[in-house]
Amino acid sequence: MQVKEKAIELLSSGKVSRVLGWKQGEFCYDLTPAVFESAEEVERSFVFSPLAGANLAKYLIAESRKEGVVAAFLKPCDSYSVLQLCKEHRIRRENVYLVGVPCEGTVDPDLLRENAKGLTAVREAGGTLVCDTLYGEKRVDLSAVLLERCKVCKSKKIVVFDELLGENGEENPQSTRFAAVEEIENLTPEERYAFWQKELSRCIRCNACRNVCPACSCETCVFDNAKLGTDNKAPASRFEEQYFHIIRAFHVAGRCTDCGECSRVCPQKIPLHLLNRKFIRDMNTLYGQYQAGADEESLPPMLDFRMDDCEPSAARGGKQA
Amino acid sequence: MRDPLIPVVGVVTKIQTDTPDVKTFSVVGTDGKKPFAHIPGQCAMLSMPGVGEALFSITSSPTQEDCLEFSIKKCGCVTDWLHSITEGTQLTIRGPYGNGFPVDTDFRGKDLVFIAGGIGLAPLRSVINYVRANRANYGAVDVVYGARSRDDLVDYDEITNDWAKDGITVHLTIDREQDGWEGHVGFVPNFVKELAFDTSKTVIMCGPPIMIKFTLAGLMELGFAKTNIYTTLELRMKCALGKCGRCNIGSKYVCKDGPVFRLDALDELPDEY
Amino acid sequence: MKKIEKARLPELFAALNETAALYLPADRDGVAAFTRWQEGVTLTEKLNTVRSAKDLFFPQVETLANFKTQGGTIEIEDAARQDEDFIVFGVRACDLRSFEILDRVFLAEPQDTFYKARREHAAIITLACNAPEETCFCTAFSIDAADPQGDVTAFLTDTALCLRANTEKGENLLAKLPLSDGAESEIAAWQKQARETLEKLPIQLDLSGFTGERMMELFNHPAWQPLSEACLGCGTCTFVCPTCQCYDVKDFKTKDGVQRFRCWDSCMYSDFTMMSAGQPRPTQKERFRQRFMHKLVYYPMNNEGIFSCVGCGRCLQKCPIHMNIVKVAKTLGGERDA
Repeated sequence: MQVKEKAIELLSSGKVSRVLGWKQGEFCYDLTPAVFESAEEVERSFVFSPLAGANLAKYLIAESRKEGVVAAFLKPCDSYSVLQLCKEHRIRRENVYLVGVPCEGTVDPDLLRENAKGLTAVREAGGTLVCDTLYGEKRVDLSAVLLERCKVCKSKKIVVFDELLGENGEENPQSTRFAAVEEIENLTPEERYAFWQKELSRCIRCNACRNVCPACSCETCVFDNAKLGTDNKAPASRFEEQYFHIIRAFHVAGRCTDCGECSRVCPQKIPLHLLNRKFIRDMNTLYGQYQAGADEESLPPMLDFRMDDCEPSAARGGKQA
Repeated sequence: MRDPLIPVVGVVTKIQTDTPDVKTFSVVGTDGKKPFAHIPGQCAMLSMPGVGEALFSITSSPTQEDCLEFSIKKCGCVTDWLHSITEGTQLTIRGPYGNGFPVDTDFRGKDLVFIAGGIGLAPLRSVINYVRANRANYGAVDVVYGARSRDDLVDYDEITNDWAKDGITVHLTIDREQDGWEGHVGFVPNFVKELAFDTSKTVIMCGPPIMIKFTLAGLMELGFAKTNIYTTLELRMKCALGKCGRCNIGSKYVCKDGPVFRLDALDELPDEY
Repeated sequence: MKKIEKARLPELFAALNETAALYLPADRDGVAAFTRWQEGVTLTEKLNTVRSAKDLFFPQVETLANFKTQGGTIEIEDAARQDEDFIVFGVRACDLRSFEILDRVFLAEPQDTFYKARREHAAIITLACNAPEETCFCTAFSIDAADPQGDVTAFLTDTALCLRANTEKGENLLAKLPLSDGAESEIAAWQKQARETLEKLPIQLDLSGFTGERMMELFNHPAWQPLSEACLGCGTCTFVCPTCQCYDVKDFKTKDGVQRFRCWDSCMYSDFTMMSAGQPRPTQKERFRQRFMHKLVYYPMNNEGIFSCVGCGRCLQKCPIHMNIVKVAKTLGGERDA
């Protein structure tokens, strides 16, 4: 059954009172997350396609606190975010009906638009995207315009659902998602500093990365607290390099599922996910394999203190105290 | 060329404690003179570099020649700092900002009713003292002023003694019964209804939003025309020049087009104050 | 009309930079941005920059004053204003219109001297468009992207860059450059093709319903709730917008004093209007509404009907949830009947 038909069925049958999904935009790629309250609304403007990139997990924090049951469609990586938020008691599991949707990767609209200038409409034909543009038809290879997170997909497994549309997938231990982290680790400290300075100097402090991040669900962020002097309006351009993104990566370490939303929404294309992946990789190395959001029971490494935990500096060859 | 965002240095020459959380500060320039002339109802930006800058209504009357006065309630970063300083401390000041009350036009020859709640008296004091200094230009003057308790009534002695001498009828009220208080007890909106002023009078009002809301309802019930009611708004401001954008309501900027609005004009704006 | 072969652009940029500091749109790590020219910096192939040209006149952060607060006294040290000429090459028609919109704020009395100094010291070379993208809707604001003004207008054809001076400043600038003579006719076909594409742009807006008389009706429109429901409350739209100009003023303690700076702020942020006394815009709906009401209704009310939007399409491309002024305007009744 297709996603849209399922949304109509869930609303028509009264099983749920609302459906969280993606609403059609002006073009093919500008879908907006939306709550649908009737089958007619779904009929009119609900869209699910490889361009439905937005992870809707975070919206469930507020939606699950409203009257009635809300249905949500979860791509595999979204399901990790949802399960993590359930585990943190942020989403009220009893008020959501989760429909798992297998995923073959979502498209990066910026990449697609670069490859099809003046893009107005798109249709998929066996791994090829046939694009209508202001300057004629253009064919683009789907695999070439996937989001970075999809090119190195860590798992096609939907980890939490009430119902599944199609077959569940598997984790992908062969994912090369840490390759870029390793490259950076192999740089000298000076080169590494220069790399991050170059990337982070483009930051415009729009907070899109934080506001979209499912792990950033604090009621008031420390960077919005003017009284602490940590609010994000800093005089010097070096602020981003020194604080914001790095502190944020620390704050979500052990809870970040590597959903990739931070990098997807960054208007300046800063590879923010690399910071999070560095933490994930370090935790895997130092405390054993751990995937946030993969289950509801396990203690995240940063909360799981054991007497035989290693000293990170020692593990890297530093002196043991 | 000096940018209008850049302040000048001022000196706090006198600090008077009015209530447990309100103090009145007298400010002059480094030359010992009043920093600038103003119209009642206008505001100024006071700042301590490193602490912050905030907008305050000028409490003193333009007729006061030696300094500017600000009655300030302790309720945030800048006000906390102001409440911690001693006489002689330097700060920065820029202004005056805003339109002020039409004291020499619309108010002339009118009977005036001032209605204030809590620190809301601060901007009205400038008008009241201006009226006292030009008493012959105005008709009957009533002041309705309420606070949480007797101790929270700002300038109690000045109000009850000096103002009365200038033929101003003062109606005080406090929220709850208190030992030694023989005056009216109750909230301002109800008190205004009880006093049932003649609807030909001009009302000038300032206080917490909830007081304004219910007082207005009472005034409408009494039959006051919106063109006879003035109030002054407070919104967050940074530039006070109509540029930084945060005090924008509808097509108006409170810092520049206000803070004083006549009710009929306010009624045409989105309810975001 | 003057011209130079396309292959000689580096030579032109070097010559421009000889006369004054040159900024032009160039790719920096895959992102087009106005960049200080130096040897090797080339013009981007992208239609426009992510951050708009407003940055050059109203930067994200700038120092207003420095205070020395020692021994109980305060000394105020005015910050420096732009005092050297500079050239901005490659300003698109949309961004050029944004300067006019910003001027009406910053150059209204009392004038902002920081902005004014930059405006006075800048020479603007616009770059006409002939390959707009689907997100462009400058035509809704009667902007002719095929023939923008500025001090000089540049037209980049397949083979040459044609330059036309529009002001005395522009004439003087062109006189210093290694150009040959060209003719208007050389860009006629180019411009005709550009205008044909501009006419076919998919976004057609009828904004005639956004008037001051309808302010309260639009303010109270029930669609603000669904339109804003997915808004993340980030500042992306604000910061990439060429006409957004709200700012904050803050102090920063340095080791020997206090730096007072201003920085971009966004009405989309909850702390924008937060006061000790309360919050006049308590939810994202009110903040979201403010941004669009300001651009489509409030600003025009104060500025002879000029909208505070130039149709550059940056918010269409960059909003993380793809909500934008086009969707808002169409939902509130601004779609033109085909």
